[in-house]
Amino acid sequence: MNFVALRMLIGDRAKYVALIFSIAFASFLISQQASIFAGLMDRTTSQVRDVVDADIWVMDRETQYADEIRAFSDDKLYLVRGVPGVQWAVRLFKGNTTTRSEDGKFRQVILMGLDDATLVGAPRAMLLGHLEDLKRPDAIVIDRAGYEFFFPGQPLQLGRTMEMNDHRAVIAGICEASAPFATFPVVFTRYSQAVNYIGRVRNQLCFILAKPAAGISVQEACRRIEKSTGLRAMTGSEFAWQTISYYIRNTGIPVNFGITITVALIVGSVVAGQTFYIFTLENLKQFGALKAIGVTNRRLVGMIVLQALVVATIGYGFGMALSATFFEVMLHRTATRGIVMLWPTMAGTGVVIFTIVVLASLLSIRKVLVLEPAIVFRS
Amino acid sequence: MKTENYAVRCQEVTKEFGQGDSRTLVLRGINLEVGFGEITMLVGQSGCGKTTLLSIIAGLLEHSGGELEVLGQRPDCENENDRIVFRRKNLGFVFQQFNLLPALTAAENAAVPLLAAGVSGKQAIKRAIELLETLGMGQRIYSFPNQLSVGQQQRIAFARALIHEPRLIVCDEPTSVLDAESGQAVMQLLASLALRPDRAVIIVTHDDRIFRFGDIIHSMSDGRVTGSNRVKDDQHDPSTGRFILPRQPLPIKIPTTTKKALL
Repeated sequence: MNFVALRMLIGDRAKYVALIFSIAFASFLISQQASIFAGLMDRTTSQVRDVVDADIWVMDRETQYADEIRAFSDDKLYLVRGVPGVQWAVRLFKGNTTTRSEDGKFRQVILMGLDDATLVGAPRAMLLGHLEDLKRPDAIVIDRAGYEFFFPGQPLQLGRTMEMNDHRAVIAGICEASAPFATFPVVFTRYSQAVNYIGRVRNQLCFILAKPAAGISVQEACRRIEKSTGLRAMTGSEFAWQTISYYIRNTGIPVNFGITITVALIVGSVVAGQTFYIFTLENLKQFGALKAIGVTNRRLVGMIVLQALVVATIGYGFGMALSATFFEVMLHRTATRGIVMLWPTMAGTGVVIFTIVVLASLLSIRKVLVLEPAIVFRS
Repeated sequence: MKTENYAVRCQEVTKEFGQGDSRTLVLRGINLEVGFGEITMLVGQSGCGKTTLLSIIAGLLEHSGGELEVLGQRPDCENENDRIVFRRKNLGFVFQQFNLLPALTAAENAAVPLLAAGVSGKQAIKRAIELLETLGMGQRIYSFPNQLSVGQQQRIAFARALIHEPRLIVCDEPTSVLDAESGQAVMQLLASLALRPDRAVIIVTHDDRIFRFGDIIHSMSDGRVTGSNRVKDDQHDPSTGRFILPRQPLPIKIPTTTKKALL
């Protein structure tokens, strides 16, 4: 009877298209909004995630998220280095400053000051130049998006000079960096130089990056650091999630995206559910005839579920295709880089959509189950 | 009750709808017997209860009181699923509005009872095509209902009712949407195809143009059988007792079905 169910479904072309459209619309909105939300949240942790050569982040105990930093004195670095189980620990500066290019264009940038000797926390992918060049006087490495802002339409070129806090900065390298939440350019330099670009304040040590000794787990090393120094120590992943958690709790971002996703859910559910229900109602006499002829309730339920699953699969497919097209187009823009369709979002959207459709079909199933087959004798 | 000689036997069958003040007694004690090899007609004005009685006999409605046996079974002693299986094996339906599935071709529509019985699609369609060819529909087996005339749709409905070789065929106003000529042709077709010694046909109608095709006509009024008239002897074949004058049996052979598949 499966082919009968499918022919019934496809036979009513207007409702078939409406069902697929509503499900595709809901799939598209849910996956697109959820992916953008996830992408934005991901961006809040960009500078944390970009550090891959240290396992442990040490910071002030009251730090809430990566962009709100209370610097501490340099002697804390030595305390951390002295903790048993810590293989090494280095300084990391993270702050914001205004940078001006030769033609007077200026912009707030994220300034990352790397340990002078080791350059731990350096960018992973260099597009032009070498990391070692950071050790030259006034050298900075700027991310590609920042370069394109300061020098729009111009080829990547080393040796160009900029100005930060009345100090000269020379571009010694151009790199890829994960897009920050506020799309600021990201500039890397040595720690000693970064504090000059910012200007002297009493405490300038923002973070300490550390690695546990062989045989010591990251968690154990963090615990020891916290016990010995009174500072907060956590893994990069924990710090990233703490940052995301801060944005979720303290900004309207999740509410805004949540509203859109909820609307998509409601619209998708109502339109798909109502259309499917009307489709069943209009075919009620046909279902009654099948029931009278001897098609069991179980088989009728199977037919309805099959119809629901088919429209859900096709609608979901179209929705994902739309969403993928959207992100494929967006990927090629600097401002929206890093916002991509994530597979967990696709999977989650699939679960939601199939749940919606199954719930919507329950109404239809109930209608058919309670249907008196004697309806077929009514003209 | 023994039903060896009867396809259907009703004793004081009642049917009521609603409860309390809204309670309506639709059937008020029906006594009726339907013999094998006969066309039994239920006639009467609209609202007299004939369609309700047909629904009860067909197992689509439960009766409220009395005793009913259909092909030796008591529907009230079976659960819903058993009744559905019983209908699938033993009953053929011809509905007033045909109730063909518009998305299926003629052959697919005719094959539905076999598909419901679990016969493979290929085999079911093959047998449907054979049957439709005997009904003169060989050229239209791939047509959809909306591409066919009313008479052609009626033939598909007959094919659907007969394809699984049921023992009881119930027809609800089979000629009500047909003109006089088509109605006569349909009845001749029905008589030729459906009647066999082991099969019974019940027709609900108020179309007096087809009364002459019935072997026995039960008149109903206000939920009761008010009269039962067997057609005059001189209109019957003395050897079988069946009405013969208006019938011109068609040279139709129903394809042999595999009973195993239906069981």
